[in-house]
Amino acid sequence: MNAEPKMTSRPTRTPAEQALADMLSAAPVSEAGRLGELRRAAAAAFVENGLPHRRVEEWHYTDLRALLRTVPARRAATSTPGEAVSFPNAIRVTLANGEVGPLPAELPQGVSLLTLADAIASDHPLLQRLGAAAPALYDAPLALNTALLGAGLVLHVAAGVKVARPIQVAQLFGGEAASVFTRLLVVVEEGASLSLIESFEGDGAAYLDDTVSELFIGDGAALDHVRLQAEGAAAIHLGTLVADLGRDARYDAFVLTLGAALSRLTVHGRFGGTGGHLGVRGASLLSDKRHADVTLFVDHAVAGCESRELFKTVLADSARGVFQGKIIVRPDAQKTDGRMMSQALLLSDDAEMDNKPELEIFADDVQCGHGATAGALDGKMLFYLMSRGLPREEAEMLLIQAFAGEAVEFVADLAVREVLTAHMTRWLEERHR
Amino acid sequence: MLDIRNLHARIGDNEIIKGLDLTVPAGEVHAIMGPNGSGKSTLSYVLSGKEDYEVTEGSVTFNGQDLLALSASQRAAAGVFLAFQYPVEVPGVANMTFLRAALNAQRRTRGEEEISTPDFLRLVKQKAPALGISQDMLRRGVNVGFSGGEKKRNEILQMALLEPKLCILDEADSGLDIDALKVVAEGVNALRSPERSMLVITHYQRLLDHIVPDVIHVMHKGRIVRTGGKELALELEETGYAAYGADAA
Amino acid sequence: MSAVQETVAQVRAIDVDQYKYGFVTDIESEKAPKGLSEDTVRYISAQKNEPEWMLEWRLDAYRRWLTMPEPTWARVSYPKIDFQDYYYFARPKAAPKSIDEIDPEILKTYEKLGIPLRERDALLGIESADKPRVAVDAVFDSVSVATTFKAELAKAGVIFCSISEAIREHPELVRKYLGSVVPVSDNFYATLNTAVFSDGSFVYVPPGVRCPMELSTYFRINEKNTGQFERTLIIADEGSYVSYLEGCTAPQRDENQLHAAVVELVALKDAEIKYSTVQNWYPGDKDGKGGIYNFVTKRGDCRGDNSKISWTQVETGSAITWKYPSCILRGDNSRGEFYSIAISNGHQQVDSGTKMIHLGKNTSSRIISKGISAGRSNNTYRGLVSAHKKAAGARNFTNCDSLLIGDTCGAHTVPYMEAKNASAVFEHEATTSKISEDQLFYCLQRGLSQEEAVALIVNGFVRDVLQQLPMEFAVEAQKLIAVSLEGSVG
Repeated sequence: MNAEPKMTSRPTRTPAEQALADMLSAAPVSEAGRLGELRRAAAAAFVENGLPHRRVEEWHYTDLRALLRTVPARRAATSTPGEAVSFPNAIRVTLANGEVGPLPAELPQGVSLLTLADAIASDHPLLQRLGAAAPALYDAPLALNTALLGAGLVLHVAAGVKVARPIQVAQLFGGEAASVFTRLLVVVEEGASLSLIESFEGDGAAYLDDTVSELFIGDGAALDHVRLQAEGAAAIHLGTLVADLGRDARYDAFVLTLGAALSRLTVHGRFGGTGGHLGVRGASLLSDKRHADVTLFVDHAVAGCESRELFKTVLADSARGVFQGKIIVRPDAQKTDGRMMSQALLLSDDAEMDNKPELEIFADDVQCGHGATAGALDGKMLFYLMSRGLPREEAEMLLIQAFAGEAVEFVADLAVREVLTAHMTRWLEERHR
Repeated sequence: MLDIRNLHARIGDNEIIKGLDLTVPAGEVHAIMGPNGSGKSTLSYVLSGKEDYEVTEGSVTFNGQDLLALSASQRAAAGVFLAFQYPVEVPGVANMTFLRAALNAQRRTRGEEEISTPDFLRLVKQKAPALGISQDMLRRGVNVGFSGGEKKRNEILQMALLEPKLCILDEADSGLDIDALKVVAEGVNALRSPERSMLVITHYQRLLDHIVPDVIHVMHKGRIVRTGGKELALELEETGYAAYGADAA
Repeated sequence: MSAVQETVAQVRAIDVDQYKYGFVTDIESEKAPKGLSEDTVRYISAQKNEPEWMLEWRLDAYRRWLTMPEPTWARVSYPKIDFQDYYYFARPKAAPKSIDEIDPEILKTYEKLGIPLRERDALLGIESADKPRVAVDAVFDSVSVATTFKAELAKAGVIFCSISEAIREHPELVRKYLGSVVPVSDNFYATLNTAVFSDGSFVYVPPGVRCPMELSTYFRINEKNTGQFERTLIIADEGSYVSYLEGCTAPQRDENQLHAAVVELVALKDAEIKYSTVQNWYPGDKDGKGGIYNFVTKRGDCRGDNSKISWTQVETGSAITWKYPSCILRGDNSRGEFYSIAISNGHQQVDSGTKMIHLGKNTSSRIISKGISAGRSNNTYRGLVSAHKKAAGARNFTNCDSLLIGDTCGAHTVPYMEAKNASAVFEHEATTSKISEDQLFYCLQRGLSQEEAVALIVNGFVRDVLQQLPMEFAVEAQKLIAVSLEGSVG
């Protein structure tokens, strides 16, 4: 709510903007057809608008123009990063610095997986979905990702197929710092179900990871999605999730944010048919000077859908957490039921939490609400635990775990939940070391 | 067991305990009665180590140890247990997890071995039913969604599991109907032993019908102003605290 | 048709033209030439016999204003305002010297509005109804026309007069505090106000004084195409207390009239200011034609330790409302409160809320906002709560609820919460819902009419805020709520 003007003329390019613009001119779009047009339009949009800054409402608390000082070049991998986090029973595909590793030799019946490069080369019909549910509003990381499209995967689950084992797309970054743009297109057809895990891990290099996942969940289909962001300490993570739900579709996501120097995750959830359920939950545990921003848009475009968002942010040292969530209920979306909650725990006086939960409602027969809290650990609880003999550190850890645990609880797969909990416990233990 | 000498304590600029002396020998149950605002609850917090309270003068010795030098969790491990008037809700921490964490933390501090999971489960199974603590209550977050009576019983269950040397019961009867009060009192009485002392803090005489004390102290304006036998409670019930300059109870 | 649908249909059919304060008073007035220039600023200053420093301050503001773009971040839309198409100063031709010289037409206007200007009338009012006395400063178009109970207030040491008079009579106070809460270039509309403000109220309550009666200002825009730019400054010196009420109306006009006020409150150590507003400017007709554009900057500075500022507002009027009464909690242990009822109907657009800026230690704030949207209106709550690094122990509780009547309106909530201190505790909750079919049916079954039932439910919905208003205002506000939702609650 700053009474500041909209920029009428574009400011001069920052070095990062220049580097990105150069990257775009170095990779001119040659292909014809829909994909070519999409890419050219995205490139032009970036050249026109550049990186967002604090006067762009959606980026008010994450001034990318100021925060992104340098952008490493796009280059082939110089070294192979180590092993990705393993989830029990999951079928895993690894992308090393954006390069897709060997695809699994065997996939469950009804599941197909191909590299984005192969899909583009063969003009695969699934590519018609690419960008189809993307928001109309200009968004720099999404535009760059589209303009520099090439690396990534296309995953398809045929109608009615219930995939028993989770499929993990593991991204690893290492070696000389690079800018990597990856795209994951997932289509879960009518009545099918899938459990998808995405993980992002890296070494200490100052790499940039701009990654977009587009998820199409057909009528009556279900997708459980876990996203573990444990990027390297100097990394920039720019993530976009686009979930498009059909009639009676269900999407439940859990995002755990632990790493990267600067992290932004934008989630767009859109209901395309009635009876949809969307649940996006997450926990961010941030230390040092990390800056992590989670921004959600939940678009109730049709009637009779339900959305649930719950985010827990724990901030230590000089970390900064941002949560922005917007529930939009369009004029015809009667009987919408939307609930959003963001809670932050500040463990240090140098930490900062910025919360902006929004409601934008144009239908009257709705039940919508949001809440937000910020504060330190509850002194009364701490004393209660200590009075029963728990040393302070242990009592604090228990309370923090319980705080974040209320969100993790929504991960239905217990084995997956355990891996996530172990990551959170490790974060807590490292903090006390 | 417990020896308090000339204790002064305050919160912020407000002195609440103003020169309190109290000795509780092992195996005895002492009641502290007094009007609202006399400093009874403050005494329980000061003894259990709540950080908001500052001790400005005096000493508290517990089995020869300087109690005031210990943190809240160290005091718990040394055997001080406070049953809270209003037990706090701790969402997300399962009651069972919490009980075990507390028991093991105390054992570690005392240099004892941690209790094994089967032993712990057996122990809880043995103690919980008498207090009417259901499996569901053990699974839920600590005190979350418990009724007033359930919270109090949960406090007594913790007391039974942790086997403290000194039990401080802060208004153990508040918010309880007579049946719930009996359950709590029976739980407490079952824990009476020659090695264990109790400090029962209460405004009303009613509780002392069920937990019969050896000694009664009257507290007023931060000090013990009178000490006597259990018959003192009945006298107070008759006359109220008016004799001590307070409004009738 | 279900009860709720019936209600909706009725609200939709409502004729906002029924605005009951929409009469024009026929009096001659003196106006500055149309449009805005340095000359306009000089003209206004000269008309008011202002000292040189005041003119300089205005001119500085005007020059800065020229460089400022209009803000666009609020959720309101309107055709571009042509600032040259307004009169920036109008006053009744015969400037009154005392209350007896006031044009009887103006007196009649205020009587119609229920504002007794003559003290004896007011006094009669007290004796008959045993109501507390209220001192009134009435502002007609651009000029303060009368202030009542001045003598009695003076006895207590309270200064209550028009700001023009204060500039002449109490320059030391005005120079010390004017612009100290809302700086010259704070925002587009505040800066415009600084350049051309015509009149307004001034209050000073000396140390340790509890102001013996409620103070009140009544604003009325009468002239066509006239902007009203009032400026209010209230200073509560150490340990003092004052409660201030503000009411506003305007006649019906086809054109949009511009209103850009600035209100500054200063609460020194241990002082308390309670500021209540019932805003009922003309909202425009049922097609959205006409109505007041209301761009208001209201800010309170809890400058001293243990000070308190409380804003209560009932916003039912104006075509556009752009208003964020705020508190800067500078003094340790200071407290800010914001209680708001915002009702929009017809084509009204409301973007209103508050800012609570926690700077001092152990500062606390409370926000209760109730928005009710009907017709084709849009109603946005926009609020900022921030705790700065040094604001240890800051506390905020925010509750904003929206009620929608009908499916052609919008209700929006845009809160910003910035915690930069671990010991700050912020709690925010917001809900949006419609009038429950069950509640409505329950009332109908017990014999209430549809309209009574809706009125009852809406009044229940806003009760927390109504309770904050001074008694006689609360009654008026309750009636106003009913009138604003006319058609459903008649």
